[in-house]
Amino acid sequence: MFPVCPHRNALISSVSLPHSAILAAVPWMPGNGALHGAIFDRLMGWNLAILLALFLLAHLLLIAALLRRGAASASSAAKIPSLLTKWLPLAGLCVLYVWMAVTAERLWAADRFAGPAPASMQVEVTGVQFQWYFRYPGQDAAFGATRPRLIDAAGGNPLGIDPADPRGHDDVISSVLELPAGREVDLRLRSQDVIHGLFIPGMRLKQNAVPGMVLHVHFTLQQPGSYAILCSQVCGMGHARMQATLRVVPPAEFDRWLSTREHAVSR
Amino acid sequence: MKQARTAASDTERGFLRRWIFTADHHAIAVQYFLLALAAVAVGTLLSLLMRVHRVWPDTPLPFFGLVKPEDYLALVTMHGTLMIFFVLTVVPQSAFPNLVLTRQIGASQMAFPRLNAAAFWITAASLLVLLSAFFVPGGAPISGWANYPPLSAVPAAGPGQATGMDLWLVSIGLFCIAAILAAVNFLVTILTERCAGMTWSRLPLTVWSWLVTSILTLLAFSVLIAAVVLLLCDRHFGTSFFVPMGDFVNGRVVGHGDGSPLLWLHLFWFFGHPEVYISILPGMGLASSLIANFTRRPVPGYRLMASALVLIGLLGLMVWGHHMFVSGMNPYAGAAFALTTMAIAVPSSAEVLTWLAMLFRGRMQRTTSMLFMLGFLSFFIAGGLSGPILAQPDLDGYLHNTFFVVAHFHLVMAMAGVFSIFAGIYYWFPLMTGRLMNETLGKAHFWISLIAAYGTFFPMHFAGLAGEPRHYERLTGPAHSFAALLPLERGITCAALLLAAAQLIFLWNLLQSARRGRPAGANPWKATTLEWAPARAARITHGPYEYGFRSSESDFISQWEAEAEWE
Repeated sequence: MFPVCPHRNALISSVSLPHSAILAAVPWMPGNGALHGAIFDRLMGWNLAILLALFLLAHLLLIAALLRRGAASASSAAKIPSLLTKWLPLAGLCVLYVWMAVTAERLWAADRFAGPAPASMQVEVTGVQFQWYFRYPGQDAAFGATRPRLIDAAGGNPLGIDPADPRGHDDVISSVLELPAGREVDLRLRSQDVIHGLFIPGMRLKQNAVPGMVLHVHFTLQQPGSYAILCSQVCGMGHARMQATLRVVPPAEFDRWLSTREHAVSR
Repeated sequence: MKQARTAASDTERGFLRRWIFTADHHAIAVQYFLLALAAVAVGTLLSLLMRVHRVWPDTPLPFFGLVKPEDYLALVTMHGTLMIFFVLTVVPQSAFPNLVLTRQIGASQMAFPRLNAAAFWITAASLLVLLSAFFVPGGAPISGWANYPPLSAVPAAGPGQATGMDLWLVSIGLFCIAAILAAVNFLVTILTERCAGMTWSRLPLTVWSWLVTSILTLLAFSVLIAAVVLLLCDRHFGTSFFVPMGDFVNGRVVGHGDGSPLLWLHLFWFFGHPEVYISILPGMGLASSLIANFTRRPVPGYRLMASALVLIGLLGLMVWGHHMFVSGMNPYAGAAFALTTMAIAVPSSAEVLTWLAMLFRGRMQRTTSMLFMLGFLSFFIAGGLSGPILAQPDLDGYLHNTFFVVAHFHLVMAMAGVFSIFAGIYYWFPLMTGRLMNETLGKAHFWISLIAAYGTFFPMHFAGLAGEPRHYERLTGPAHSFAALLPLERGITCAALLLAAAQLIFLWNLLQSARRGRPAGANPWKATTLEWAPARAARITHGPYEYGFRSSESDFISQWEAEAEWE
């Protein structure tokens, strides 16, 4: 119903990794709810496994060197050509780094180089010390202009939406990020005051919100459920409590939720 | 020679002239060590307060009371600033070169002794200014050691962001000046004061590392001081380099020009990343020297090792963007920085593989300084291996600013750095006191520290993978999964307390050995490099690592030995 950008899909599937049941998910990471999360988790799993193996191998060597006694074996060890002890392992590591660079760049390109599909849903995320506001554009699919001088959280206008702009009349503001499953979402990130970091671990997603800039991230929601939204960039004394909830619900339930809000705004 | 001269002149010159108002690099080295010791003591205490608060957030702490959220952030900021600038920069990049640089290159003195002395006093002033931030209204700054604006540019953005932040900026500005002066002195000393015969291919690798770090210091700290001045202008003189138009902080519009917060990130990390190499490269140079010494074998591929140090320094200047993958920087720039970052893994791997190969070429003498060098190697590998993960923009997009990154840099920079510092202190202690440090206490210090450091920092990887962010004073809110991390957090805190306690063994050893340690005699480690020479060599003809001869009673040729003996 809402196709994701075909270019993006091709890119994601071109990031080829061996499939393995063990490495499909990293045990400590929270459950994944995003389309790009499966390939992300596999990449993370492989990276961690390979690097952990290298860590253990290097430490076996270190411990062996520490425990080794006697100089007799030293002369034989000294005869091992440096090709075997240095250049071949270095070449092997270089191959590993090239593989990591290539897979990383492809995944990064898939996630960030292409914009969202035209049919993706837009939600604006605004970071304020110490709260997240989520704004939906309403029936006209356009956000009303905001003016810093009109910001008045106590007076019911926390984002400073300009009443003179008709596009803003139907905008819906929420403190919960409610989104429909199966649809691509384009988040429009802003900050009013200082730099904040939008971090949704369950969506494998992080992007700073920078005052003076409008930044976009897009991703496709897959798994209905409730996910934590955190602030990942220290933003002041309330940083640790600057959290919110992302609720991913079936499309029909989302439509009901949004239209209730839209009715409330229009009245 | 130095011992004899200072001892003889001890009675002539007063204590003040000899140890305080001195341009003697030997005394300046001791001054830097004492300054770093004070800084590391405070920095460690701050980290313990943080660790205890994280697992018992509602318990009042001794001497502190209840830790408020802003207190926690002030502790984080001051801990990072103290450790990075006043410990991990001061010791490898100022104290050690003052102790051994001139000797290792056969110079009679520094190129600019008074500049060198001025650098220390400016550093000391910088430390006092920084610590005074605890005692001003609002307290110390809370924006982390990277101090991203507008949080750091707008006094109203939080407690500590007014006077405390100003003091932080003045302190770091002073530190930049001191670091630049010291680096100019070291650089010119290495370039012009080498004794006859001390060619580039005969420089000990420690000197190569100080050459590279001095160049890095000049470039990186020049940019940081510019950034600090710009931020002070934003705060006090009405400019708007870092604050965007219409910025609305604490109920008031504060942005009047159209500045860019990202500009600060670029300037800061252009400094911040080379800074990592400034603190770790001397340790890498020392590792090559010490492993050669304690396995009695030369450094294989000396040219490769020296060029790897230079290459790491060079690439280190081109990777700062990997701190900014999620900052709003253009994603194409992220792609480029991912490649340069991955590239820096290659010379680093060459260094590690060479050290590993060296360990198997001879019989290792398990002295305390060798053990600490192995600890350095272990942490450098452990922390270094998570580097290629964080270099991948997408994976970093999850791990950025989580405890995974905290684990990474505490292993690769802090623990590797500190263990190389300990290796250097146990190794060079005779140069300062004429005595050896106690090996039994040293080994106990090493093993407890090693285990406690892994216990502290390794589990942080798991907290980071679970998504736990840095700078969180407590784990509450919608992220329920964090509650499951509490036992892990408690374990980390216990290990951190043990790690700190183990340093008391070191302090005791330091005090005891300085007064009653075994006399070291000349060249206690049978080393080849010139800091152990009985007298200043007029001309040298040997390379720095001529170990491993089996034909004579001695298995090495020191650099100060005359040519004829072996030709």
